[in-house]
Amino acid sequence: MRAFIAFVIMAALLAAVWHIQSPTVALGMLNLCLISAVMALGVNIQWGYAGLFNVGIMGFAALGGVAAVLVSKAPVAEAWSAGGSQIGLTALCFLGTITATTFAHRKTKGRRGHFLIVMLVAVIGYIATRHFYGPAVDAIESVDPGKTGYLGGLGLPIMVSWIVGGLFAAGAAWLVGQIALGLRADYLAIATLGISEIIVAVLKNEDWLTRGVKNVTGLPRPVPYEVDLQQSAWFREKVEAFAAEKLTSLSGAAREEALAGLITEYSGLFVKLCYAGLFAIVLIVILTLCVLALNSPWGRMIRAIRDNEIAAEAMGKDVKGRHLQIFVLGSAVVGIAGAMLATLDGQFTPGTYQPLRFTFLIWVMVVVGGSGNNLGAVIGGFFIWFLWVEAEPAGTWLINLLTSGMAETNWLRLHLIDNAQHMRVFVMGLVLLLVMRFTPGGILPERVKAR
Amino acid sequence: MTEWLNPLVLMANFVLVPGLVYGAQLALGALGITLVFGILRFSNFAHGDTMAFGTMITILMTWLLQSWGVSLGPLPTALLALPIGIFLTILFLLATDRLVYRHYRDVRAKPITFLMASIGIMFMMNGLIRFIIGPGEQIFLDGDRFLMKAREFKKLTGLDEGLGIRTSQVLTVVVAVVLVILLFWFLQRTKTGKAMRAYSDNETLARLSGIDPERVVKITWIIAAGLAAIAGVLYGLDKSFKPFTYFQLLLPMFAAAIVGGLGKPIGAIVGGFIIAFSEVMLTYAYKKVGRYLLPEEWQPDGLLQLLSTDYKFAISFVILVVVLLVRPTGIFKGKVV
Repeated sequence: MRAFIAFVIMAALLAAVWHIQSPTVALGMLNLCLISAVMALGVNIQWGYAGLFNVGIMGFAALGGVAAVLVSKAPVAEAWSAGGSQIGLTALCFLGTITATTFAHRKTKGRRGHFLIVMLVAVIGYIATRHFYGPAVDAIESVDPGKTGYLGGLGLPIMVSWIVGGLFAAGAAWLVGQIALGLRADYLAIATLGISEIIVAVLKNEDWLTRGVKNVTGLPRPVPYEVDLQQSAWFREKVEAFAAEKLTSLSGAAREEALAGLITEYSGLFVKLCYAGLFAIVLIVILTLCVLALNSPWGRMIRAIRDNEIAAEAMGKDVKGRHLQIFVLGSAVVGIAGAMLATLDGQFTPGTYQPLRFTFLIWVMVVVGGSGNNLGAVIGGFFIWFLWVEAEPAGTWLINLLTSGMAETNWLRLHLIDNAQHMRVFVMGLVLLLVMRFTPGGILPERVKAR
Repeated sequence: MTEWLNPLVLMANFVLVPGLVYGAQLALGALGITLVFGILRFSNFAHGDTMAFGTMITILMTWLLQSWGVSLGPLPTALLALPIGIFLTILFLLATDRLVYRHYRDVRAKPITFLMASIGIMFMMNGLIRFIIGPGEQIFLDGDRFLMKAREFKKLTGLDEGLGIRTSQVLTVVVAVVLVILLFWFLQRTKTGKAMRAYSDNETLARLSGIDPERVVKITWIIAAGLAAIAGVLYGLDKSFKPFTYFQLLLPMFAAAIVGGLGKPIGAIVGGFIIAFSEVMLTYAYKKVGRYLLPEEWQPDGLLQLLSTDYKFAISFVILVVVLLVRPTGIFKGKVV
């Protein structure tokens, strides 16, 4: 019941935006709400189900974004012929180094000279890798650097990348989990913080792979383009039928003009609705899976581990194995959301991955929504994104009101109005602290069946 | 003789001095983290923003003093403004403790709850800082920039390579040494310091012996705030002030604290220098050193840079991971995992 009320209120808020601001704003917000909800679901799997504290959400979301590029962009043939073979050799050397180092570590463990041998293998591998890496990068990045300068992708439909993004994030999570799980919860937090910074640094600097801060724009879309819609007869008919009331009173050139305006307006809305439909499908699928998983014996086991690790271990549950599983699953969901976000933006911009927006904001969503409750994570994603977007105009309005007594050119007033947008970060912290203190369960607290 | 002195001076100029200075800054930051961890038993994610907060106040005061025409001659004016920065940071942290953390201590919450609360505080501080001073870069160093210019050094010694030493660098090292001596004297010799160590070692026993936990916590926050503000100002004088950079310092500082052993002040200092020197040494391009040391035909084409500076976070991270795998308690046997 509470969930129903919460969703009705959320729908009312979006409807208010639709009427007061504009339908475009409302639909744009809805799309990002849906993506945020998917991301929050991923974090909820880790934190809500199992109590794993992941502060590297930004990194996993960025991996999803890069998947969108690597899957959907057309391959750059010249770059492949210029440096493809060398980059292949680099990859071989890199993997070979890791294998050889691990092998040396296992073989010589506990013997004298263990450290020296492992270091020697690693250094030789490093030199070999660098030998191929340098020329390969130079060759690839010099291929028409203004437009490409990278290897491009596979040229597949971009929706494939939603799955690939999930796989990328899952792989990275598996690696981190091997190291950091099973230690103190704080250590997992710091390790994930580090890995996310490194992932973003790699994406920013490895131009041959992602174009770095030069960004990849014009990612193909899973939905039609506005321009194509505006020219299609089918869409024109639909608009005529849909807006018949508005058009009946007009005729001739005036009618044509009004129709053209409507077509332009509706084509934008239609595209946004298509995205919203796709994202909603993904959200519903993942949400259903989450609900089923949480109510299954597996879900009960995970919660039992969360509530008392020692007791669960004594009952023969594989705590570390389950934690790794949960960590990989949750990160995969975040990766899917990351790929969806890049799809919606139509571009991949490594510079925009900021921890406040991509890590800590998602955390606020989960805590405010209600950790451990899947619907809670969804409503948290919706509500906090709404607040995050609307806090900006609200803050500006408030500052304007408060300073209305000052002169137009008062430096303090100008400064405050300029910086009003930053107050939303403050508001988020405040919301987090207030919810943690006064309603620790969040909007929709976790349901515990007493049977 | 000179063929050996030249590369040595070169290394001193680009590796030793920057490493020492950066290490001192990290050590001061990590000390704050490790003290809070030892007494309050949680990782304080707001520490980077605490540093930024103290620095921001100091910068604002510096601007005020400069507008009054006050200066310290060769030393940066920021030193005069620093006490106010420290004072306000202490007030801020004590307020957050009173309003946020104390409640969770009373209900005996898990460490992870404290950590999340610290994220909330990090958000609020970050918002305030961006609101007041903006997210951009600020440079507030004045006075004499150099104590010794590279050119003067060359003239003095007749070498080809120069060694430049900036005022802010000397200031950092001197202040750090003085602070560390004061801190250890406080922890080892005074009654309050002993109470803090006792509380950190065994909370129950300390309470039974009549140590007032609230007082210990308060003093911890005061010291942490002071260290954070000073570390932040020194870092800002040496490089520049940018709120986001201060947030990013969290990773090397945590790495330093963990490498040394969480909760161990001496560990934080050693850890700070380990992280700083690894970062500087692995990201320095050794091409010029190679030119002095290697024979003509061995000269490499590349920069001889092991890792691009963009990846300096990876170094802290790798060191952190190795320590977590090999010796999770850190070098000086910090708190149990």
